[in-house]
Amino acid sequence: MKLTLHIWRQKNAQDKGRMVRYEVPNVNEHMSFLEMLDVLNESLIEKGEDPVAFDHDCREGICGMCGMMVNGKAHGGFPGTTVCQLHMRHFKDGDELYLEPWRAKAFPVVKDLAVNRGALDRIIAAGGFITVPTGSAPDGNAIPVKKQDSDLAMDAAACIGCGACVAACPNAAAALFTGAKISHLGQLPQGQAERDRRALAMVEQMRIEDFANCTNIGECVAACPKEIKLEVIARMNRDYIKGSLTKRPQRLAESAG
Amino acid sequence: MSATAVTLPPGSLRFWQTTVGKKAIMAVTGIILFGFVIGHLLGNLQIFAGPEKLNHYAVQLRSLGPLLWATRIVLLIAVGLHIWSSVALWALQREARPIGYVKKANINSTYASRTMYWSGPIILAFVIYHLLNFTFGSVHPGGAFVEGSVYNNAVTSFQLWPVSLFYIIAMVLLCMHLYHGLWSMLQSLGFSHPVYTPWVQLLAKIFAILIAIGYISIPVAVLAGILKPVF
Amino acid sequence: MELKANIPSGPIEQAWDKHKFELKLVNPANKRKYNLIVVGSGLAGGAAAASLGELGYNVQCFCYQDSPRRAHSIAAQGGINAAKNYHNDGDSVYRLFYDTVKGGDFRAREANVYRLAQVSVNIIDQCVAQGVPFAREYGGLLDNRSFGGAQVSRTFYARGQTGQQLLLGAYQALERQIGLGSVKMYPRTEMLDLIVVDGHARGIVTRDMLTGKIDVHIGDAVILATGGYGNVFYLSTNAKGCNVTASWRAHKRGALFANPCYTQIHPTCIPVAGDYQSKLTLMSESLRNDGRIWVPKQKGDKRAPNSIPEDERDYYLERRYPSFGNLVPRDIASRAAKAECDAGRGVGETGLGVYLDFADAIKRLGKSKIEERYGNLFEMYERITGENPYEVPMRIYPASHYTMGGLWVDYNLMSTIPGLFVLGEANFSDHGANRLGASALMQGLADGYFVIPYTIGNYLATTKLGKIANDVPEAKEAVANVTSVTQRLLNAKGTRTVDSYHRELGKIVWDYCGMARNAAGLQKALSLIPALREEYWKNVRVLGSNEEFNQSLEKAGRVADFFELAELMCIDALDRDESCGGHFREEYQTPEGEALRDDANFSYVAAWEYKGVGQPPVLNKEPLTFNYVHPSQRSYK
Ligand SMILES: Cc1cc2nc3c(=O)[nH]c(=O)nc-3n(C[C@H](O)[C@H](O)[C@H](O)COP(=O)(O)OP(=O)(O)OC[C@H]3O[C@@H](n4cnc5c(N)ncnc54)[C@H](O)[C@@H]3O)c2cc1C
Ligand code: HEM
Ligand code: HEM
Ligand code: SF4
Ligand code: F3S
Ligand code: FES
Repeated sequence: MKLTLHIWRQKNAQDKGRMVRYEVPNVNEHMSFLEMLDVLNESLIEKGEDPVAFDHDCREGICGMCGMMVNGKAHGGFPGTTVCQLHMRHFKDGDELYLEPWRAKAFPVVKDLAVNRGALDRIIAAGGFITVPTGSAPDGNAIPVKKQDSDLAMDAAACIGCGACVAACPNAAAALFTGAKISHLGQLPQGQAERDRRALAMVEQMRIEDFANCTNIGECVAACPKEIKLEVIARMNRDYIKGSLTKRPQRLAESAG
Repeated sequence: MSATAVTLPPGSLRFWQTTVGKKAIMAVTGIILFGFVIGHLLGNLQIFAGPEKLNHYAVQLRSLGPLLWATRIVLLIAVGLHIWSSVALWALQREARPIGYVKKANINSTYASRTMYWSGPIILAFVIYHLLNFTFGSVHPGGAFVEGSVYNNAVTSFQLWPVSLFYIIAMVLLCMHLYHGLWSMLQSLGFSHPVYTPWVQLLAKIFAILIAIGYISIPVAVLAGILKPVF
Repeated sequence: MELKANIPSGPIEQAWDKHKFELKLVNPANKRKYNLIVVGSGLAGGAAAASLGELGYNVQCFCYQDSPRRAHSIAAQGGINAAKNYHNDGDSVYRLFYDTVKGGDFRAREANVYRLAQVSVNIIDQCVAQGVPFAREYGGLLDNRSFGGAQVSRTFYARGQTGQQLLLGAYQALERQIGLGSVKMYPRTEMLDLIVVDGHARGIVTRDMLTGKIDVHIGDAVILATGGYGNVFYLSTNAKGCNVTASWRAHKRGALFANPCYTQIHPTCIPVAGDYQSKLTLMSESLRNDGRIWVPKQKGDKRAPNSIPEDERDYYLERRYPSFGNLVPRDIASRAAKAECDAGRGVGETGLGVYLDFADAIKRLGKSKIEERYGNLFEMYERITGENPYEVPMRIYPASHYTMGGLWVDYNLMSTIPGLFVLGEANFSDHGANRLGASALMQGLADGYFVIPYTIGNYLATTKLGKIANDVPEAKEAVANVTSVTQRLLNAKGTRTVDSYHRELGKIVWDYCGMARNAAGLQKALSLIPALREEYWKNVRVLGSNEEFNQSLEKAGRVADFFELAELMCIDALDRDESCGGHFREEYQTPEGEALRDDANFSYVAAWEYKGVGQPPVLNKEPLTFNYVHPSQRSYK
């Protein structure tokens, strides 16, 4: 089949950037979406034109490196599918596709369709962990965990940090990503000690990174390739509100040891 | 590269400085405003019981004196905070995506949820007009504003179709605002459950629609001639 | 050169504890005075960087992805082994040790493997405490499954995403250290050379992939945890970015490369669909528990699978291996599939595939049971192929999956360059000639959490290292070297793309140094590869400049190294006149077509010394002795 692509081209962070039109003949229906772009790039290089930059690595939907808007839908908008898992059989001859990078102040464009998602790492660095110095852990079976809790934790932990939730959110909020980590760790007994602190730190970092607020619109959930549920955002809100209401002011906290 | 930055300790931002904090404030104030909208509706519906009843109700309200003022102050503060946070968040959202999409599709969201930042302010504009219209009477088309004769004041203005139309539009927007707001506030305060939330959402929608119908019934009744001014 | 493995003396059960006690410690107050460079943020690198940062060292960590969380460990599906014996089914440290040495076809170092089995137990504890959501039973305790033909249930798993969850655990620990300032993270930064001063590894040269800036990082020790080289085949289950560059450039600086020809081919991957194919997707081995593998009896039978009657099907694994059937080890299953396809009985458009049929299992257990067991895998298969495995049998074919070979290290995980440590898949250490399922995650975490924190301290405490500046001649020379390579690639201004060369190279290595090798083929490859390499340097086309985000340039550098590695793989494969584990030389097989080892002559680690591009490398041997598990012939009949 033959496709027409309109791709956002931007040399670097400083460049203004623009949409550019490309024709891709001979697209095979068994190709993955990224393989289709490989084919385009090979032909561009042969013509001596700069190939389209896009992030990718595992190409099997787990590393979270890939991601772009396809006709206004993050990852192409197929349920539970990253753009690297998207196959061309979903498109038909003559289709016109608009490819754009994730758009958010917190995700500056690096080049073309590639963006910098360091802000998500910094949200994790702020509190998205359980403090366990290597070697200090008790036996794995010392603390039984309700199966339901561990399953729910796993659901939330499936997040691949791709940023599609931010890209799809009309407010450019990182609520689903942050909520997913807070839910993952907050659901497990091992995560209780730091639960309040974690929520406070991560929510504050979210603000510092210039992600806007969530208004419970729900586009993120539809875009999420790991089908993270809206519930995690409520959990984040609950843990944060509880955390701030019960928090002692620094000086008192210290005097309290 | 920036991903190497050292992070600040928790507590570096205050509750009201974070997005989640502001949303919680909106939710709580939203509940208060919602309470008022219900109470006000029940009050207003007495209009169908005739002028005496309604005017008497208004007199009763006034007679509450300090209590009335207390509620008014609470309402004012609620509206103030609700508006303050919504404006602050709105500004934040403008910044959060400096360059928009050439193409953007919405897969899974209601129109109401995406337009909260429109419906809200329009409701505000309405309320201001409404106060001038019925409380202070400084703007009162359709005849003289008579302090205390609440019934006539209402009916005479609604007899002018533009006034009624404006009210009806405002009520529709209020409906939309609550259509999303009434469950959104629970989510914002941290309540969500796979079993109950769908019901909460359904209830919110029903409530929003009932409230709008209740309010709209009044101007409609006037236009239909069911409610007439009494002299 | 003499290879000192530094294996502790005494009984193997106490070796590690004794050794740990004998290792010198670094005074806590002095730790932050040491700069440690960790290249790689996978299970091995991430765990190491986090643990060392925690200890108080000054750590710099590098990865080529935009975030440490994306390291290729994330893709591991099946699970991680540990000798917990939670299931009371007779597992023990000794049994895990025994299975690993045997599974490695007696080409691994006993002492290392025993230590691996010992610390496997702590790994699970550590990960659980970090919040890794391992599968659990209703009682709230950890669930296990048996994996890769093991007779005990010792594999811990988190749905089909074990690697992801373990890596996130390490990543979160790492991010914590980054937040505290003890680790400085450099994402999108590629190591392009090693700086060796007075015979000690003292730093690395990196390229900032966004700006092209070439930087020098000086430290007191360098830790490589840069993963495997499976992408030498172009098509593999590895991520697109996986590369040998870091290891190879260290090899060129004097680190010996061990057993490059030991590569593992995974039997159950989704077959190639066309020449545009960019990578292969693994389907978990667990599918072989219920699926039956077959091909049509007659050659080139193009009928639809379901219309081929039972008696015209050949369930060749069940026929050839009555006792193990479809559950024979990876290497055997892979070779058998290749044999069928070479004989023209392969299925699918390309003829490179065999059927994995669930019809019987569905009849026996019901669709719902199968769905419960393999639902997500079936979905994944359908998403990629567009075929519904509940109705038509899956098509599978082997693919390059793991590389047992790597930089040679001693018991302390130190390479032949003092101060250069190598962890995880990048080293050669623990799996011998073949890796058991669910053992790579175990090794990566063992190296990173529980081995390097001890052994590196000993190196630092016992070595006198002077302060050196960023502009020592050795550093300048390394920078010059990196820049000249980049310039050569950019200036070739040829006609062919990097990928087209990588594809061609991959095909050569796959055809002649893949699942089955023979002398003639390897000699052929050894004439083809250098020729193609020559052409590459003259005729490759890399557009743009170094001073920008230039993905073709990144690839070009990696492929250049794959060319040189491919040659070494073939040399090693040709030199090893025996079959063992993943290295199958057609000349050396039992009448039943089993790998035929030659313990008398080849019971050693082949560690190769670099002598220059195109120059024959020099072979150094580390003899292997087996005092506990005595070599025997594998048989799965
Ligand atoms: C599809 C698949 C499934 C698997 N399933 C299992 C399983 O079920 N059980 C099991 O035990 N094992 C499994 N394995 C094997 C296992 O996942 C790997 O062997 C292991 O994760 C390797 O970890 P590592 O830390 O050594 O390397 P990696 O995780 O590959 O990390 C390499 C790191 O080095 C960095 N890096 C590489 N080159 C450079 C450079 N030049 N400069 C800077 N940084 C660089 C990368 O950015 C990355 O951070 C599987 C492998 C694959 C491919
Ligand atoms: C009768 C008057 C009002 C009522 C009953 C009301 C009620 C609510 C409720 C319940 C919410 C949901 C809060 C949440 O999701 O956490 C909400 C949200 C909102 N309100 Fe109002 N509101 C009223 C007036 C206004 C006014 C006057 C404005 C604007 C100036 C406004 C702007 C908003 C906005 C922007 C939101 C979206 C917040 C969000 O969901 O994140 N509202 N409102
Ligand atoms: C058809 C619908 C409505 C009618 C007929 C109506 C009628 C009135 C009347 C008669 C008064 C004056 C009461 C008095 O002075 O004693 C009043 C006051 C008021 N109304 Fe309404 N109203 C309507 C809808 C609304 C809505 C939707 C809102 C808010 C969202 C609203 C907000 C107010 C407020 C804030 C006051 C002032 C209350 C006070 O004096 O403390 N009204 N309304
Ligand atoms: S929540 Fe979903 S969409 Fe957001 S980063 Fe995680 S996986 Fe991607
Ligand atoms: S779309 Fe945005 S508004 Fe909230 S629910 Fe999702 S983050
Ligand atoms: S490339 Fe890894 S998720 Fe798409």
